[in-house]
Amino acid sequence: MKPAAPTLAQSVWLIAEREITARIRSKAFLISTGVLCALILGSILVSGFMSQSEPSGTAVAVTSATESYVKDSKAFDVTVVDSVDAAKKLVTDGDVEAALVPDDSATNPLGFKLLVDTDAPSEIVSALSVSPPVDALNPDAAPWLLIYFVSIAFGIIFMISASTFGTVIAQSVVEEKQTRIVEILMSAVPVRAMLTGKIVGNSILAFAQIAVIAALSVMGLTITGQTELLDALGAPIVWFVIFFTLGFVLLAAMYAAAASMVSRVEDIGSVTTPVMMLIMIPYVLVIAFNDNDLVMTIMSYVPFSAAVGMPVRLFIGGVEWWEPLLSLLILVLSTTGVIAIGSRIYRGSLLRTSGKVKLSEALAAGK
Amino acid sequence: MLTLSNINRSFGTRQALTDVSFTIQDARMTGFVGGNGAGKTTTMRIILGVLSADSGTVTKNGNELSAADRRSFGYMPEERGLYPKMKVEEQLSYLARLHGYSKSAATKNAKALIEELGLGERGGDTVESLSLGNQQRAQIAAALVHQPDVLILDEPFSGLDPMAVDVVLNVLKERANQGVPVLFSSHQLDVVERLCDDLVIIAGGQIRASGSREELQDSHSTNRYELDHTGDAGWIREMPGVSVIEFDSGYALFDADTDATAQAVLNRAISGGTVRTFAPKRPTLAQIFREVVAA
Repeated sequence: MKPAAPTLAQSVWLIAEREITARIRSKAFLISTGVLCALILGSILVSGFMSQSEPSGTAVAVTSATESYVKDSKAFDVTVVDSVDAAKKLVTDGDVEAALVPDDSATNPLGFKLLVDTDAPSEIVSALSVSPPVDALNPDAAPWLLIYFVSIAFGIIFMISASTFGTVIAQSVVEEKQTRIVEILMSAVPVRAMLTGKIVGNSILAFAQIAVIAALSVMGLTITGQTELLDALGAPIVWFVIFFTLGFVLLAAMYAAAASMVSRVEDIGSVTTPVMMLIMIPYVLVIAFNDNDLVMTIMSYVPFSAAVGMPVRLFIGGVEWWEPLLSLLILVLSTTGVIAIGSRIYRGSLLRTSGKVKLSEALAAGK
Repeated sequence: MLTLSNINRSFGTRQALTDVSFTIQDARMTGFVGGNGAGKTTTMRIILGVLSADSGTVTKNGNELSAADRRSFGYMPEERGLYPKMKVEEQLSYLARLHGYSKSAATKNAKALIEELGLGERGGDTVESLSLGNQQRAQIAAALVHQPDVLILDEPFSGLDPMAVDVVLNVLKERANQGVPVLFSSHQLDVVERLCDDLVIIAGGQIRASGSREELQDSHSTNRYELDHTGDAGWIREMPGVSVIEFDSGYALFDADTDATAQAVLNRAISGGTVRTFAPKRPTLAQIFREVVAA
C-alpha cells in the first residue's frame, strides 16, 4: 500500500530535521559552538569579578595634622607618622606614593601639600582636588564605555553566528548540487520545500545557539551579581534574539540562493562574499558609530543591521515603544521578499552544474 | 504506459530536443540509447519534471502527469549522488520518508532493498566509505526505496561488474514483472541488447527509431544469412542473386536477393556436406544503432 504524498509542511520538516541532525553530528559544529559559548560566559564572568574586586588604596603617609583630609577617603591606604621628616623618609624609601604634610604658606589656601618622589600620582591629586558639583539630567542613560562594550558584544555575536550558519547553509546547498542528490530530491519534493526546509533547519540551529548564548549571558551576569546591568540588558537581549532569528532567515535565504549558483564547494567564497559583507557592515558600523544617534537609528531600521542596531539603541535608551515593532515589520517584509527572489534563483540554478550560473540567467530560468 | 508527445526543449539557442515522441510500455524494460549529448538525460529529466519542456506533453495512461504522479516515479540520475556522510540505510529511509512513508515503513523498505541488492552488512556504513560498485547499488536502491510506479534510470549499469549487473538486472526485471514500466539508458549496447524488451534510439535530440527489439531487428535486417558446413563453400560465389560478405572454406556470410535464393543455397549446402549452421543473421544493436544514427 502506497502512502499519501507528504504535505508541504511535512516535507519541509523532514528536510529541516535532516539539516539539524547532520549538523549536530558534526564534531566541528559542536566544538565551535562550545568554544563560542565558553568564550562568552568566560568574558562575562571575568569582567564581572574584576569589576567587583576593590582596587587597594594608594599608599600615602600623613601626619596627625593632615590625617583629617584623607580620613574618609577609601582611595588611600593611610600610614600615620609622627613628623614631616618621617613622612619624607617613607616617600624616598618608596614605602608610600606620597606624603600629605601641613603647609602654612600664604599662597596655599589648602593648608597642606604633597611630597612625592618624582611625579605626583594623578589619582592622589584628583582625589584631593575639588570637583564642581554634578547634576545628571539623564541619570538612567548608560555610560559610554558600557555602551561601547555592549555594542561590540552584540556586533560580534551577530557576525560570528550569522556567518557560521550562513556558511553552513551555503555548504549544504552546494554539497547537494555537487553530489547531484539534488536531482533525486527535486523528483521527490517541491523545490520550495527544499529551500524552506534548509532555511528552517539552519534557522532553528542559529536560534538555539543565540538563545543558549543569551541564557549564558543572563546566567553570567546573575552569578557575578551585576543585576543593574542585567536589568538594563534584559530587554535588549530578548529583542536581539528575536531580530537575530528573523534576520538570519533573511541571510539564510541569501546564502542559499548565492550558493546555488556555483557547483563546487571551492567556489562558495566567490558568491557568498557579497552576503558576508552585509554581515560585516553592522559589526563595523556599530563599533565606529555607536555614539552617533543618526547612524544608529538608520541601522536599527535597515534589515541587515537591525539585529544589532535596535538592541543597542534599546540599551542606550530613548527608543519609542513602537520603534522595534516597526523595524521588525520592515524585517519581516524584506525577508519575505528576499525568500521569493532567493527561491527563484535557487530553482533556476539547481540543475546547472557546470561552472557558475549568472544571476540574470538564474532569475530567468527560475520563473 | 507513459507516452511522450512532441517534446521540444532548448537551452539558450541550442535545440536539445526536437519533437521527441515515444512510449514506455507497462511491464517492459525499455532501453534508451544515444550518443553523448544526444538528449537522453534531458529527456529523462523532463519525464521526471525536474526540467520543464518548452512544448509537448508527457502522459500516463492518457492523463497529463501531475506532480503527485511524478512523485511516485523512481529516478536514478546520470551523475550519482547521495549524501556522502550519511549512512546507507538512514539515507534510503530518509528518501522513502520524503515520499510519505512512515519512519518504520521507510526503514523496512530500506532494509529489504539493501538485502535484495546484496549490500548486506553495508547498511550502517557511510556512502563515501563504500566501493564504487556498492555506491552504485545504493544509488539504485535510492531509486527503488519508495516502491515507484515508474522507473527512470540513467545509466544504471555503468561501473558495475558482470555479477552486479546480474543482481541489478534481476531486481529491475522483478519490478517490470510487477507491471512497472522501466526506462533505462546505457552506452553499453551489448548490455541493452541483452536486457531490453523495447528500444528507443535518440540522436541529435531526435528520436531515430523506437519499438520492440525484435521489430527493430527485423526491420533493419537485410536478407543476410550465415552458413557453416563441412564442405568447401566455393560454389556459393557462383549462385545467382547471392553476394558474399565473408568467406572462409566451409563458412559464408552472404546477402540473398530473395528468400528463394536463400533456400537454394541451403539445398546446395545440404547436398555438399553436413550443415552446422544456417540462419538469418540479425543485425546487432550496435549495427542498427550505427545505421540509424548515420542515416
